[in-house]
Amino acid sequence: MGLTATAAAGAPAAAPFAIELRGISKAFGPVQANRDIALAVPRGTIHGIVGENGAGKSTLMSILYGFYRPDAGTILIDGRAVAIRDSQAAIRAGIGMVFQHFKLVPNFTVLENVILGAEDGALLAPSLSRARSELRRLAAEYRLDVDPDAVVGDLSVGHQQRVEILKALHRHARVLILDEPTGVLTPAEADHLFRILRGLREQGTTVVLITHKLREIMEITDNVSVMRRGEMVATRPTAATTPESLAELMVGRKVLLRVDKAPARPGPPVLELSGLRMVDADGVERLRGIDLTVRAGEILGVAGVSGNGQTQLMEILGGYAEPGATVTGRAALKGAALPLAGADAAQRRRAGIGNIPEDRQAEGLVMDFAAWENMVFGHHRDPEYQSGPVMDHAAIRARTARLMAQFDVRPPLGDLAARNFSGGNQQKIVVAREIEENPALLLVGQPTRGVDIGAIEFIHRRLIELRDAGCAILLVSVELDEIMALSDRIAVMFDGRIMGERMPDAATAGELGLMMAGAAAS
Amino acid sequence: MTRLPRWADLVLTPLISLALAFAISALVILAIGQSPWMALKTMVTGALGSSYGWGYTLYYATNFVFTGLAVAVAYHAGLFNIGGEGQAALGGLGVALVCLALPWPHWALALPAAMIGGAAFGALWALIPAWLQAKRGSHIVITTIMFNFIAAATLNYVLVNLMRPVGSMDPATARFPAGTVLPRLTDMAAAVGIEWGKATPANVSFLVALAACGLVWALIWRSRLGYEIRAFGKSERAARYAGIPPARITIVAMLISGGLAGLMAINNVMGESGRLVLNSVEGAGFIGIAVALMGRNHPLGILLAALLFGFLYQGGGELALFTAIPRELIVVIQALVILFTGALDNMVRMLIAPLFARRGTP
Repeated sequence: MGLTATAAAGAPAAAPFAIELRGISKAFGPVQANRDIALAVPRGTIHGIVGENGAGKSTLMSILYGFYRPDAGTILIDGRAVAIRDSQAAIRAGIGMVFQHFKLVPNFTVLENVILGAEDGALLAPSLSRARSELRRLAAEYRLDVDPDAVVGDLSVGHQQRVEILKALHRHARVLILDEPTGVLTPAEADHLFRILRGLREQGTTVVLITHKLREIMEITDNVSVMRRGEMVATRPTAATTPESLAELMVGRKVLLRVDKAPARPGPPVLELSGLRMVDADGVERLRGIDLTVRAGEILGVAGVSGNGQTQLMEILGGYAEPGATVTGRAALKGAALPLAGADAAQRRRAGIGNIPEDRQAEGLVMDFAAWENMVFGHHRDPEYQSGPVMDHAAIRARTARLMAQFDVRPPLGDLAARNFSGGNQQKIVVAREIEENPALLLVGQPTRGVDIGAIEFIHRRLIELRDAGCAILLVSVELDEIMALSDRIAVMFDGRIMGERMPDAATAGELGLMMAGAAAS
Repeated sequence: MTRLPRWADLVLTPLISLALAFAISALVILAIGQSPWMALKTMVTGALGSSYGWGYTLYYATNFVFTGLAVAVAYHAGLFNIGGEGQAALGGLGVALVCLALPWPHWALALPAAMIGGAAFGALWALIPAWLQAKRGSHIVITTIMFNFIAAATLNYVLVNLMRPVGSMDPATARFPAGTVLPRLTDMAAAVGIEWGKATPANVSFLVALAACGLVWALIWRSRLGYEIRAFGKSERAARYAGIPPARITIVAMLISGGLAGLMAINNVMGESGRLVLNSVEGAGFIGIAVALMGRNHPLGILLAALLFGFLYQGGGELALFTAIPRELIVVIQALVILFTGALDNMVRMLIAPLFARRGTP
């Protein structure tokens, strides 16, 4: 705790910053990930950092946590220059990090996870009992209550995140960095997290919050810094800024945050589901009787925390339910019965069901395939892409060039492997491919997860255009904002059931949040 | 990690790996008190210095092309087929049954029939592990290894108890009829007026191997089946999303793979020995794994790697004949080549990556 003593006793009043970065630069080969970054975070504040994917936020935080060494620049903690060579050094300097993907051992208890890597000696008992009393104190102080003896794998995502925060505090973190902390939380859990963060701020902890949700920035931060293409383009007091101006700073041009759309003109039902049930290979009932109707020319949004059956619903409709699962119930597409058992994804496509899957990197694309190979993925059996016994590469490349121009995929290089495109451009490839087939029903899962603001706007507009052209769209998203902006009707899913339906203009986020948490619809 | 330019990945890395393997081999030869320079000279002269040496090099290379392609096709489907040895052995049985079934009038009739027999037996031997993988989830690496032993035991039984001519003390089949003798490359060169090679087993199968390279290339990179095989090999989840049935691709890819391994028998069983003997494959199935690894699972790379291993086989044999270097050292050299070109490939890449990191590639 030498640093604190120095800061408290000797630091001049002119250096009140918990973290100060000066001229940080980092390049990966030809890519300048961070260029001459300056950042000053006053002690005891919540500081937001926003920016599109690839703006350099993660690189900057990795430098702060010792994963990367900067090419140039200095890091000052409490006014003192430090060299952060590895994460141990970062922890010693008082920096704690909560990653987007938790670094917890699922079959350890909370207590065991908290002391992992911070054991005092070969015997665990003293560390455990010390940690136990420490946890009790932290729980009381910050409303961070978690059962110390619970097995982490059994905890909800929100509680697991608290364990990560406790881990950092147990290591005496005075600066807590959270990377996209609310991506996996329900609105209620997110509110609880924000209460915890405010409590931490009151006790003097400095919080750095990395997010792409401007609403959260406005709600909780004191100051906000915007990154764009590796540079820090602005730092503002949050009270003196607006979401619109932040979005403009992030993208570098004016952005439409609201989705502009005319009222839907729903036609006849395209998809009708009744009593859809699914029991997975382990015997767990994942869907417990789903009744849904999606009409032509409307977007039905399914809201819900991930893991409540949305994935299974989309997979069954897409024709690739997990092997060994039992699916029962009735489904009809444009009035004709849709077989649920023994389905196959190729048949579904022929029947006119397009599919933008939830996980584009694992499902929608073959990451090692070139863009042009991905541009027909799933539709590669269509006669127009065959030429005798082999595939018609010229036709596929021509289609790719056309769609890349039409959907503004950048860079427009058909030979580039999918993994070398940014998240937004990968998603544009999938969206282009599925929309181009002009489906009667389009399944859309998490269309803008990990996609930058400019591309989100573009993808939303395309979905609305497709709706206006008469396509029925079933949208699943864990982003409530997205559901509310795009949907013409909202169904809320919880624990394999539809909790109720709402019209977007008649529903509040709070009400939907309650339904997402399992409260019965009134 | 920095991505290397394509040419560095395909040409430079294997060459450096090879140089390292030879350098360490040289140290080993020095350590046992022999001259590495003499050893290299003997190997090069023995394998490449005469049309006789070339004939043997090409003969061995033909075997390795077939088994290498077999490994590559399975690899593209994300399957590690270690059963090339057993599939080639069963392919030998198929070839022998075809050759002995009829008094074939001419090799041009016997060869296509023998190819079908060899490929069918090899494919069927791969079908069982493939089926177990696709339907039961039994890991194909384990089952194909086990099937190598079962193949050896089966052939042992068949040769000793069923196909051995009455009165023979040799566990081998009878000689194949004269109409099944494949033309040697020597004869074919003589037919067009070139005097090339003599008394070497290199035969028309080499041309079949070249054709197989072309066909596998077209299959993997031009056909729809190849597209589906590669997609499945890269990501099973994506394949399911796209409606590519995992079980069918697993089975079809393994059938092709086993068929290619079985095809090898037209070279060693039909082309060289003219009868089926015990242990006719002589490890070519395993060399195929190294060949495929080194050749980046691309037919052209596999052809080049097969030639290299053909050179090592033939040159190594010469080494044992004409120098005081023990025969076992050949195995050491081969092992070092496999180690560096296959297993330590990434190490070499990491070493040369900084050379390319600073160049501004878009």
